[in-house]
Amino acid sequence: MNINATLLGQAITFAILIWFTMKFVWPPLLAAMDERAKTIADGLAAGERAKHDLELAAKRSAEVIREAKEQAAQIIGNSEKRASEIVEEAKAKAKVEGDRLVAGAKAEIDQEVFRAKEQLRSQVSAIALAGAGKILGREIDAKAHNDLLDKLVAEI
Amino acid sequence: MSAEGQTTSEYIQHHLTNLHAGEGFWSFHLDTLLVSLVMGLIVFGTMWLAARKATAGVPGRMQNFVEMVVDMVHSQVKDTFHGDSKLIAPLALTIFVWIFALNALDVVPVDLLPLVASWFGVHHLKVVATTDLNATFAMSISVFLLIYFYSFKIKGFKGFSKEILFSPFGKNPVLIPVNILFRVVEDIAKPISLALRLFGNMYAGEMVFILIALLPWYLQWTLGAPWAIFHLLIITLQAFVFMMLTVVYLSMAHESH
Repeated sequence: MNINATLLGQAITFAILIWFTMKFVWPPLLAAMDERAKTIADGLAAGERAKHDLELAAKRSAEVIREAKEQAAQIIGNSEKRASEIVEEAKAKAKVEGDRLVAGAKAEIDQEVFRAKEQLRSQVSAIALAGAGKILGREIDAKAHNDLLDKLVAEI
Repeated sequence: MSAEGQTTSEYIQHHLTNLHAGEGFWSFHLDTLLVSLVMGLIVFGTMWLAARKATAGVPGRMQNFVEMVVDMVHSQVKDTFHGDSKLIAPLALTIFVWIFALNALDVVPVDLLPLVASWFGVHHLKVVATTDLNATFAMSISVFLLIYFYSFKIKGFKGFSKEILFSPFGKNPVLIPVNILFRVVEDIAKPISLALRLFGNMYAGEMVFILIALLPWYLQWTLGAPWAIFHLLIITLQAFVFMMLTVVYLSMAHESH
């Protein structure tokens, strides 16, 4: 084991290698690694943010669905109320109409009865006249006995 | 055994001899220099390719692998060192990757690369550069110089002098020599322990591989495979320990007591 000028040669090689590493190997590699680390960190942060946003959106959508359900229930309630109202109204109207029809029919019947009575009265007076004429055997002067006949008709 | 007509000790000696040129101090271990340079070019070239095409989007396999290493080093440095890490983190990465690459050659069969080299007329080749003290001391002394550079830069001449004179035992003038002595021992121990730890581990590992290679070929796997698998751990661990201690020493240089 002899120390000689090889040591100097080795030291020079060593120095050159250190310089080379310092200049051309270390900085670009470390820059690339740092940049990648930053990219990954950013990506993770973005993922975290997106997860948070998703949670918020889920909460929001649940809220909207709940509101919609409430509104739907309200609308159904309203419509049911309205429907029963309409039925009530229709019933009331039908009753009024029915009453009106019944009243009309009654009035018509009364009229018919009255007319029939009138007809009957006039026919009765004619029958009475004819009967009395046959009984008396001769023509009665209708004019002379009109008062009497009218009184008779009124009595019937 | 590779070459015929070698005794066992010759074989071992042959494997532990560097290919060298020159005499005395101004000689060079060509194999150490060349192997560490080539491995440096391969691994740092690969990392450069990955870094050049680095994208912040989905990374390819290559980029992913390099990023795993970078991220490991980055988090270790961040945990240990609290200061401006423009130099420290790339330094730590360089140390880890380079030492790992040099150590990893230890699991290449011990005779393979020397055999290939012998075809080209090269008769000595010590493949694992970190089993050469020159290589480990080159790194640990560089780190040592950086420790002093940062100590002066961060604390200033005055602050650093104060630290040497007054810690760890306090400001009593009687204790100043003791403080200085402690400091000297501590600071000398740093590069030596860094270099020798790596060297010792790798040298011992290499030695075991050479000894295993002395077995008959049909028995070598029984010891070779477990040792290689265990050695993978040591290869990684030693690279990691060198890197961590460097970062710790440099962070100590940044913090005032």
